[in-house]
Formats: sequence, structure tokens, C-alpha cells
Amino acid sequence: MTPFDYTRASSPAEASRLGREGATFIAGGTNLLDLMKLEIMTPDRLVDISRLELDGIDRTGDGGLRIGAMVRNSDLAADAIVRKHYPMLAKALLAGASGQLRNKATTGGNLLQRTRCYYFYDTAMPCNKREPGSGCQAIGGVTRLHAIFGASEHCIATHPSDMAVALRALDARVEIEGADGAVRNVGLDEFYRLPGDTPHIESILAPGDLITSVILPPPEEGRQTYRKVRDRASYAFALVSVAGRIRMEGGRIARAGFAFGGVAPRPWRDRDFEATLEGNEPSPALFERAADALVANASTHGDNAFKVPLLKRTAQAVLTELTES
Amino acid sequence: MTTHIKMDDRIDRDRLEEMVQGVIGRPLDRPEGELKVSGRAPYAMDDLPDGCLHGVLVRSTIAKGKLEHIDAAAVETLPGIRAVLRDDRFTRNPAQGMAGEAPAQGTDEIVYFGQPVALVVADSFEQARHGAQMLALKMEGADEAAVNPSDRNAQIEAPKKKQSSTGDLDKAMRQAAFTVDETYTTPGHVSAAMEPHASVARWDGDSLTLHGSYQMLRFNRAELADSLGIKEEKVRILAPYVGGGFGSKLGISPEGVAAAIAAKELGVPVAVAMTRQNVFEMVLRRSETSQHIRLAADEYGKLTGIGHEALVSNISGEEFSEPVTQATPFLYRGENRVIGHRIARIHRTPAGSVRAPGEAVGLTALEIALDELAVKSGIDPVELRLRNIPDEDPSKGIPFSSHTLSEALKTGARHFGWEPRNREPGKVRDGEWLIGSGMASAARVNMLIESKARVTLTNDGRASVETDMTDIGTGTYAVLGQIAAEMLGLPMARVNTILGDTDLPPASGSGGSFGAASNGTAVFLACEDIRRQLCERLGCAPDELTLKDGYATVANRRTSIQDVLGGSDLAADGHAEPGKAEKKVRQATYGSYFAEVAVNSVTGETRVRKMLGVFAAGRILNAKTARSQCLGGMTFGIGMALTEELVHDHRDGHIVNRDFAEYHLPVNADVPQIDVVLLEERDAWANPLHAKGIGELGICGAAASIVNAIYNATGVRVRDLPATLDKLLEGLPS
Amino acid sequence: MQTRLHINGDDHQLDADARTTLLDALRNHLGLTGSKKGCDHGQCGACTVLVNGRRINSCLTLACMHDGDEIVTIEGLGAPGRLSALQQAFVHHDGFQCGYCTPGQICSATAMLEEIEAGWPSHVTSDVSGKAELTVDEISERMSGNLCRCSAYPNIVDAIMEVGKGRRG
Repeated sequence: MTPFDYTRASSPAEASRLGREGATFIAGGTNLLDLMKLEIMTPDRLVDISRLELDGIDRTGDGGLRIGAMVRNSDLAADAIVRKHYPMLAKALLAGASGQLRNKATTGGNLLQRTRCYYFYDTAMPCNKREPGSGCQAIGGVTRLHAIFGASEHCIATHPSDMAVALRALDARVEIEGADGAVRNVGLDEFYRLPGDTPHIESILAPGDLITSVILPPPEEGRQTYRKVRDRASYAFALVSVAGRIRMEGGRIARAGFAFGGVAPRPWRDRDFEATLEGNEPSPALFERAADALVANASTHGDNAFKVPLLKRTAQAVLTELTES
Repeated sequence: MTTHIKMDDRIDRDRLEEMVQGVIGRPLDRPEGELKVSGRAPYAMDDLPDGCLHGVLVRSTIAKGKLEHIDAAAVETLPGIRAVLRDDRFTRNPAQGMAGEAPAQGTDEIVYFGQPVALVVADSFEQARHGAQMLALKMEGADEAAVNPSDRNAQIEAPKKKQSSTGDLDKAMRQAAFTVDETYTTPGHVSAAMEPHASVARWDGDSLTLHGSYQMLRFNRAELADSLGIKEEKVRILAPYVGGGFGSKLGISPEGVAAAIAAKELGVPVAVAMTRQNVFEMVLRRSETSQHIRLAADEYGKLTGIGHEALVSNISGEEFSEPVTQATPFLYRGENRVIGHRIARIHRTPAGSVRAPGEAVGLTALEIALDELAVKSGIDPVELRLRNIPDEDPSKGIPFSSHTLSEALKTGARHFGWEPRNREPGKVRDGEWLIGSGMASAARVNMLIESKARVTLTNDGRASVETDMTDIGTGTYAVLGQIAAEMLGLPMARVNTILGDTDLPPASGSGGSFGAASNGTAVFLACEDIRRQLCERLGCAPDELTLKDGYATVANRRTSIQDVLGGSDLAADGHAEPGKAEKKVRQATYGSYFAEVAVNSVTGETRVRKMLGVFAAGRILNAKTARSQCLGGMTFGIGMALTEELVHDHRDGHIVNRDFAEYHLPVNADVPQIDVVLLEERDAWANPLHAKGIGELGICGAAASIVNAIYNATGVRVRDLPATLDKLLEGLPS
Repeated sequence: MQTRLHINGDDHQLDADARTTLLDALRNHLGLTGSKKGCDHGQCGACTVLVNGRRINSCLTLACMHDGDEIVTIEGLGAPGRLSALQQAFVHHDGFQCGYCTPGQICSATAMLEEIEAGWPSHVTSDVSGKAELTVDEISERMSGNLCRCSAYPNIVDAIMEVGKGRRG
């Protein structure tokens, strides 16, 4: 860990200002300190935002939910409204990490988790995400964890979050306070950037931008779930995960909201998949067609080829679960 | 006075049975338990001396080549840095178990990715860690480095003494009613003891004291002294508490030697704890294996031939090679046999002992093959094994010291509810889950290793047991105390066991499942001597003396031990050595596993729902700690079957998953409430305790019961471990 | 860097490098070596302590971030002769072997029972909006952030179950 100056921010505005001056925010610290110990991240200035009063979970005027950026994963998963009206979010949170980590990890920090790519995690390896221009050692290497969607020739890493996958399926928006004090609000679909030739840039956040909350739209009727597939029963990152919700009307799928984890550099959403489903009566054939559409553009890298059939099967099973009477 | 025994013959008299204290074998709590659950047991890094500096090891980042230069000057200017050391005495390959001499040393030549090449020492851990990360190495990589056993330039050795053949296996295969001819592969594994390797070194003049985390102190002392070029008498190693070993702490490892060198150079104590990533890269791994197994059986399923040929790997020059076929020569009948063993010399982290080297992976493959034979022959897997238990060691023609496989199989089948079982795979469902059951045999060779111990009966009516033996979680504190308490007729609370100090009589150390029985025998012998001395004082014959609850009774005269001692202490040493017995008979422990798994029909995820192990290991010294050892072994088996795999990059051999996020040890949710049955057994050939080792038996073949259950659940036969979901997906029944 | 920590009922003034994790502060500066370092990356749970009543990995947090916090380590839960109910149950059920992960297991279990009592769901709770029961599956899942290579897991579950049931009357 490189030496750094430590300050505790007393307000979001102060945090933003320090951020624009080049400081790095630390909240739960469960990923940042992990990376700092390995000198994968080497901030010389840390701003502690963990005590900012951004830890509320409140109803919004339209019946949605505002989740403060400092709300701990465990508190969010235990929240009565989340459990009742956004169960896929509670399930996603509970499928992630461990009880200890969820007690520290924050909503904002979880969104910004870095990849678990083995080569990103070893500073002896070239990695375009860690050191732009150095190359990607994952390509041609061990790729069990890696992306089948949205990757580039510069980076094939996946986003490791479970929570963010559910948030994407729920059409969550991220509220950001800029260094100039302006507050903006972006959908999760535009929050994350794909790697392209700049895999080190993972979101639209600019220096000084502080995530202050995540906003969920009002709960929709219907069923929802989160299913995670991993290499052991607990405490492992997703190989594939599916966050899905379905609203039925008159025996047909009126609305489908799905996002997929473990398969792309960001929580993956596929409008073709949802469009294939919407307006149709649920059936195994329909689900197969949708799953085929989902993986139509998958590209694999040897070790991770299994994710294509695994994703298809898991998506179909989730569809069945959400539509069976 | 030392009482000595050499195990040349069986010793039928069961002295422990004659004792009346009633503690031997009982499931007593560990005497050190209160210290452990309250955080008061001092492990290597828990008692740092004042002014102790911290060192962090630096690794090579190429697989083969030369280290030309380290840029120490740039690091030495950083705050708090006290030294950047590179030394020819640094450990290159960690010592193998019972080496007793320095392992390969030096930093000039790089032979694996992750090899320790330097130590950065600073006032604080934070400073040292940063310095280590900043240290620039100038390395010249060799052009071609074989890093995979299958690489064309990997040199393959086939040592003559490791090949054997009797009869004509090819012919047996041709004439057999049923055959299996398959290749099974297992990946590398790590011991992954929860306490990372750590040493705290301090010098007093030319005498070194090292508080470390080691399993076999008398050997480690010699290895450390030899590494440093000093006399053994100048080295003292302390390891009263060891946070797990599983083979990884058998020999001296890089941090111990580096800490000693740094402390000497700087004149102050130095602590070096490996990071978890260091432990993955610098500590001996279990070799990956490729095992070609051939089975030939007649129409009744009786084996007429067994072939077991293995390919493993290690660094050039290392004598150790995973003894994959260790149990194959004696476990089953079959007059035609081929045992083969080849070693690929490759540039990966050196290979060595990980819990039950040999049988852990070798028996697992053999037991999967047996299951394949059961399927082909239509014979129940339990019955098939029962039909193939030999009357004597079929390879050596010598008798078994005792043999409990049959009883273990039958007891296990009954206890588990093996029958009725649907033999047709993929037919039992529970919602989305496919249910199946499988079983396997367990076997592990048994050894006695030279061991000494001292017992003192003190004038206050208490006893102390002293040896440099270690307790790495195995229950040494409990079982040695129980042996002494039983023999001397004292309540457990009046026996104090002191371990983990090379100033004490040298023991076998913890390894190879031999610790409790070997060192326990030494304690037993010392107690016998004390009993003899008590008889002298009481003027009675040995058979007339009864010791219980701190009283000596002779012919209805009861005297307290304190009164017998009359203010003086009685001390005695015990010394146990292996002898001709190990040549006269085949000694082993046996058992059986039964597992029920659920495989998800959508995702291929496997969960072990139920698991039973039945084991016999001679006299059980403490039923509680013995059971725990079995739980641990079987959980290693769950890991081997489902989750554990060292993944190497095929280009430079580096370990890709060098942390606990990606090297998947089983977590609590992976492990069901495992059931263990310990069979009553006495083995008079083993030692006067009639006890055998149990620390490793629980892993030997355990994984096979799970893989066989997966077959029963799904119809997919996994021959390449672990059985991760990607290997099942395609074959899952729709 | 000056930090005021309230640990096991005592005030401590820590003067350490800002890089010092809470775990290293406890172990290297404050003499509280009961909390163990098994991986230093939040992947094993051996360093688990309670901060303001919650279990966390002390290796993945900076000591300076805990100014004024209430910290309980294994030493604060009990000592030989006056063990907590969980500590006692771990001894009785042999919920450990080498003992290295044990302080973390016990701190974790202490808070975990509170979490169940508070009605927190887990990954294996069939209905996340409902109430979690004290079952083997619930305990196993909730304790999965604490690795034990000796694998005392079944015994750990038994120990926790005994104490948990006792509490629920």
C-alpha cells in the first residue's frame, strides 16, 4: 500500500471538492483496500465518506425508493420495503460476499467494484485496465471468469457485482453530485462504460463526482427473482447470474425486465431478449427463442465457453419460475 | 533413564486396557481449548518481541532464468526501510518433509514463478509491504521453460525403483469379462492452512530462537541450521501452536530462513509472515496427476489385474514425487499388476506433501475406476469391493497386521442406508435436483517414526509431558495428556502437556498420520518407566500396582501419589523406534465413504447432502478429536471432488488463482453435517498402544464417493477433477 | 495518525501510520492478537471483530476510519474461566482444531445470532420477506464467510445451534 493522506469529509460538497483535487473516496473500503494492499490502486489521498449522512432508505414522491449511497449492503437486504417490493434486490445482495463484507460494503461502493480478473489482480501481469496500453494477458490465458458479451480486444473482464445486476433489471438510476455542486441522475444503463480501447474507464463518473444515492422506480406488480450460479455454495463470485422480473397480463407477458451478471463488463441487459418475451404467452419454446436471442452475439474465449449454455439454461429456468402458476 | 522400544514384532499385551483411570479413548475436550476459543493461544506472530522489525518477501515474476540485479538502493530510501536483503542462503525450494538438511537455496537462478528472491525489512509491516512492492528486479528470462507436464520440452523421468510389474496385465485385460481402461486427472492442490507461514527470529549472540509455524521441529531445526551454516545446537525453534499444516509446514520454508538472516544482519528481532499470495506461490503444492488405470475382472467381478500408471510433476532436482500408487499394491486382489510412475520436470512452484500425499489423489482415481467396473459388471459397488479384499498383501506376500475394510464397508452400507438404491443413473429427482449416491473405500499406509518424550511426575501429584512434538489441530495436547493420565492414574486436569520447543525431547513431528501413535508410544514408555520406579518405592511387582485418581493402590493399601513421592519428582524418558515389524506385515488403516449428492439439472451445481465415513485406525485415543480429524479429511475430499484446483497459466506456469477468492476451499455451506463412525480395532503390530494414525485416512478416496454419486445422479462420469458444473452441463439428463 | 478506539470496554489511543488496518492496529499496536490474519483480503474471516455491534473483516478497514467506534474482539467476549456461551460450546463441540480461524468464527457467530434475531434474511431463506429460522442451512450459509481448513464446520454448526436454541428458549 502506498502512503496516502487521509481526511474525513464532513459533507458531500467537501468530498466532491477533494475528489476533484484528485482524492479517492473510501466508504466501506472492502474492495478499495483489497486493491490498495496489492498496489493495484495507489491513491495518494483518501477521503473518508463513510460517515456522510447518506445512509437513509426513503420512499420517493412517486412511490419509488431512494437508497443512500452509504447504506450498507446488509441493511439494504434487511430493509422491509426492499424485501417486500424489490425481493430480487434483497436476494442479489444476500447472494454476494459474506455477512461480514455486507456489513461494510456500501450501495455506492458496490456499484464501483472492480473486476476479479486474475490478471488485473496480479501486478506482474500486463493489464490494460490497470495499466493502459500494457496489453491484456487474460486473452489467451485463463478465462473462466471472463466476459462473453461487451468485451473488446483490449479487455475481457467482467463486472463482479450481484447488487448492480438486480438494480439494472429494476431500472435503477444513480444520483450523482458533481464537484460543481450540480446533481444529476443517470440510468444504470448509461452509468457503466464498455471497455472499448479504454478499459480503465469503467463509468461515467468524473473526478469529484460523488454517488449520493440510487433511486428505484415504484415497484411493479409481478414476480421477480435473482439466481446466481457459482463454483461453491456460498462466498464466491457469480459465473452467471440472472435478475429477472415479469408482469403478466391476460396470460401473456406484459413486461419483462432482465439483467445478467458474470457475463459482461457491466450488468448486461438485452432488449431483444425482453422484446422476444413481451406480448407472448409463456412457453418452453418461447423461452428457448428468447435465450437463443440473448446469446446470439456471445463471443467466448476457451475456458468461458460454458457460460453460453449455462446462461441459456439459467435464463430459461428463471423464466419458467417467474411464469409458472 | 530412557525406556526404549523398537517395533520388531507384535506386542499383544494391551497395557492401556489394564489401566483403570478411564480417560483413554474418551471424547474429552481439548485441554488447550479455552486458550484457543478466547484468542489467548500464541501462534507464531502473536508474541512479537519489543523492537521487532517486519520483513516481507519478494517473488520472482518469471518461471526460469537469472536474477541479475535488485534495485535495493531505490527502496532503501523509503521511510522506515531497514534493509533490502538478497542472500545465497535464502530458501529456493521449501524443504520436503523430514529432509533434515538445507533445501535448495539461492536467488541467482530462478526456477519458478513466485520464487522468493529478496526480503524487505522495515520498522512497520506497512512500510515493509510497500518496499517489497516497490522493489524492481532485473531478471533475464530463459528462452524456453517447460511449465506444463505436457510441454514438449518437459523432461520426463521414470525412476526404475518406482516401476513394477507382476504377471501379464495385457493378457489379463484381453481375457477379462469386464475391463476399465481410463485416464483420470487431478489438478494441483494447496494445503491452505489458515495460518500463513510465519517466523519471528531473534538472536542472542550466536544462538537463534525462532518462533515459527512448523510441523516437525527436530527436522526443521536441522534444516534451518544447515541453511544458515551454523550448528544445530545453536538453534531453538518454538511452535507451541500451529494454525494448521496439512503437510505445508513439514519442512523449513523461505520466511524462516529469511527472518533468521535478517535478524542476524540487523541485530534486532525480525518477523516475517508470508502474505496469502506468498503462501500459494512459495509453499509446496500437491502435484497435478494424470493416472492411467486399467482393471481386469472375471465374470464375478473378481479382479485379475490392476494397472496404475501415474504422471506427476516437480521442479528438477526435487526427490519428492506424489506417491500416487501407494495403496494400489495392497488394497485389492489381482495377480497381474503394473505400477508406473513418471515425473515431469517443469518450472512450477515445487511440489511436496499435501494431506495424505499419494492416496488422497491416487485412491480417489482408483475408486472412481472401481465404480466404473461396478457399473459395467452390474455388481453393487459395495459387493464388488467385498469380493476383492485380499487375504494377504498381494504384492509382497506378507500378512496384514489387521484388516477392517470388509467391516467398514458393511457397517457403512448399513449405517448410511445404502440399499435400496436406484442403480440406473439420472432417475431420482427432487424438484430441479438430481439425486444420487456413491461410495468408495478408504485406505492409508501406517507408519511409526522415531520419537522421544519425557514425563515427570512431580511431588505435588501432577504430571508433565514434554516433547518437541506439535499440535497442528490434530489433538496432540489431548491425546498425549490422556495417555499419561491413563498410565499414571491421574485426572486429566493434573497432567500438563508442553509441546513445540526443540529444547524438549525430539519427537516424530506431525505428519504422515504418525504423530499421535509414534509420540504417544514415547509418552507411554516414559510412563511405564515411572510406574516401574513407583513399584520400586512401594516394593511391589508391576502387576500389583494400581494407579487411579492420584492414588497408588497395592494389595488394598492406598497411598496418595504425593506420599509415595515424598517430596521428590520422578522423571523418565521414552523412546520409540520403528523396527522389523514394518517389513513383516502390511500395516494400514481402512474405511469407507458413502455420499449423497444433489446435482442441479439446470446449472450442474453439485451439493453434498449427506456424507458418512466409517474408519478403523486401531485404538482411538480420543474419540472427539479423532472424529474431528475425519471430518476435516472428508471436507478436503469435498473440495477435491467439487471446488479445489490450482490453475496455472499455460504460458509461464504462474498460479492464476493465488487467493481464497478464486482457489475455492469448501465453505461452511458446502459441507453437510458429516457423519463419522469409528470402528473398534487394536493393531498389535503398530505399537504398544495398538493405535494407528487417523489424520489423513479421511481424505483418501473421499472425493471418489462424491464423483461416483454424481454419476449415479446424472449419468455423467467425471474423470477430470474437480467436477465443476461446466463438466456436467452437456451430459445432464433433460 | 491519532485515533481513539474503544475496545472491549477500554479506551485506546492509537498513533499509527494511516495505512494500518484495524486488524494490524489490534495485533501490532494494541497487543490484542486474538484476531488473526489468514488472508488479509476479506476472503477468510479469521480477522472478524465486532464494530458497533456488527461483524466485519478487520483486515479490510483502516484503523483511522474507526475513531470513536465501539470494538469488541475475541478477548472481549470471554477469557479462560469465564468463557461466553458460544466459546464454551465451541470447546464442547470441538468447533475447531488448529484454532486459528476460531476467534473469527466465534466473533462472527456472536453477531450472526443477533442478525437472525433481528430478522435478517439470508441467501437460503426461502421467502426473503419472511422470518428466518434457526436451521442448519441458515447457520451454514451465514457462517460461510469464515473459512476453516481443518473443517470443523459440522461441529461449528452444532455449537452455534446449541447456543442459538438456548437463547430462543
